[in-house]
This record gives sequence, C-alpha cells and structure tokens, in this order.
Amino acid sequence: MPLDPSFVGRTYPPETTYEVGRAKIAEFADAIGDDNPLYRDIEAAKGAGYADVIAPPTFLTIINIRAINAVAEDPDLGLDYDRMVHGDQKFVHHRPACAGDRLQVTVHIDDVFVRAGNDFLSVHADVATDGGQPVCTTYAQLVVRGERS
Amino acid sequence: MNVGDELPGLSVHVTREQLVRYAGASLDFNPIHWNERFATEVGLPNVIAHGMLTMALGGRVVTDWLGDPGRVVEYGVRFTRPVVVPDDDEGALVEFTAKVGEVRDDGTARIDVTAKFDGRTVLGKAQAVVRA
Repeated sequence: MPLDPSFVGRTYPPETTYEVGRAKIAEFADAIGDDNPLYRDIEAAKGAGYADVIAPPTFLTIINIRAINAVAEDPDLGLDYDRMVHGDQKFVHHRPACAGDRLQVTVHIDDVFVRAGNDFLSVHADVATDGGQPVCTTYAQLVVRGERS
Repeated sequence: MNVGDELPGLSVHVTREQLVRYAGASLDFNPIHWNERFATEVGLPNVIAHGMLTMALGGRVVTDWLGDPGRVVEYGVRFTRPVVVPDDDEGALVEFTAKVGEVRDDGTARIDVTAKFDGRTVLGKAQAVVRA
C-alpha cells in the first residue's frame, strides 16, 4: 500500500524524556571501540569546557531510532515496517549531548514519495532539553522495499 | 587544515560479538543484526552490521583526529551496501579513510569519509562538518 502523502508536515510530539547517563555514554563508546577521554573522564570534559562527559556524535541514535520507529509504526501511515530499511542518517549538533541532559524528541514528516516501486519517507527530529534548549537536529530517510525488490 | 589533507585511517574487524555489544549499547535489537536464521529468512546473505555502527566507526576517524568530538557539528551518511558479518573470530574487515574536502570561510571544514568492505564502499556521501 503506498504511503499517504497527506502525512507530509505532520509532527509527533515527545512521548518520553530520556536522561543521558555517564554509564550509558561509556557503554556506547566501548561498543564502538572509542577510548576518547571526553566520553569518560569528567575532569577532562570540564577542562574542555563541557558541563559533564559528552556523548559520541552518533550517540543520540538511541533516542532517534526509537522516536522514528514510533512514527513508522503509526497504523494510520500504513508503512510496512517489516520491509523498512534505513536509507540515510544525519546529525546536526547544536552542542554535544552531555551526561545529565534530559532530552525530548519531536519528529516531523518532511516528505513521502514513491520511486522505482519503493516507498520513501523523509523525517527530521528536533532533540532538545526538557527546558527547550536545542541539542541536535537529526535527518533520516527510510525506505520501504517494494514487493518485488 | 588544508583541502586534501588525509586523516589517519582505521581498520576494524567487525565481529558478531561487537554487533551484540552495539545492539545493547544502542538499544537497536533488530534481529537481522544477530540472528542468522532470521537474516537469511528475510533474504540477506547472513547477519549484517548495524548501519549506525558502521557510521559510528567512520565517525571515530574524525573524532580521533580532532581529539575533541564536540567539534563535530554535522555528520551524515547514506547506507549503500550491507556489511555482512560471518560467524567466525575474524569478522568483517571494514577499512575507513578520510580527507579534508573543503575548508570554509566560517571556520568549519568538511571531512569526507570512505568506508570499504570487501573492496566496495558501504557508505555514500559520508561527510562530517567540523570546527577547524
């Protein structure tokens, strides 16, 4: 079933608040084999001008994918979630995410189109603190493979 | 920082163990990244790496070079080919290179990242914008 173009411009408000933890940042850095001290050493992070340890540039995938999936699973949108793949992803950082940040994600549908038998869904998400300070804007394109591909 | 400057490269053997660790760390538990039976049932050759893991490893080339990862203001990639990860100790060898693509008047620079697996690129238009 093709995606409904009337969904362009729709906004999905935050469902939860995610508190960035020092241990989660260290766990994520370990998983990508990254030993940068600014991810683990509070004094090093403060010395570099940050409030606390900072998160790697792709760390916010933790809350970004969850928020995008909530949109993708919207039954009204009619997307075949089992056939969905991630086409592209971009993070625009207004500042690095830091331990202690309480973050909320608002997802916007930017475009819906069909090309070569596949459905494409373009979204962006505003990641901000619960006090309204912008932290990151993420952009993603999701592709729903057609029945034949 | 000058256009054409090459950053130190990075070679990573992505193993099943790393996929499991990354799944837990990133909270992405899609079974195509750890369950061979499921992956092959949906038409993949085998378990594949999370595209976001490949993206993160490419980001390391940039942040290792910068020292301060907070200088990365933008980072984006296209996922063009899967990294297929066999069930052995060696895993899938992914090789990352990067160079300075553009130095801008506003004090930023664009870094172009290349990721190769099995002789072919797996990320398209992988670019970071950094504060120089």
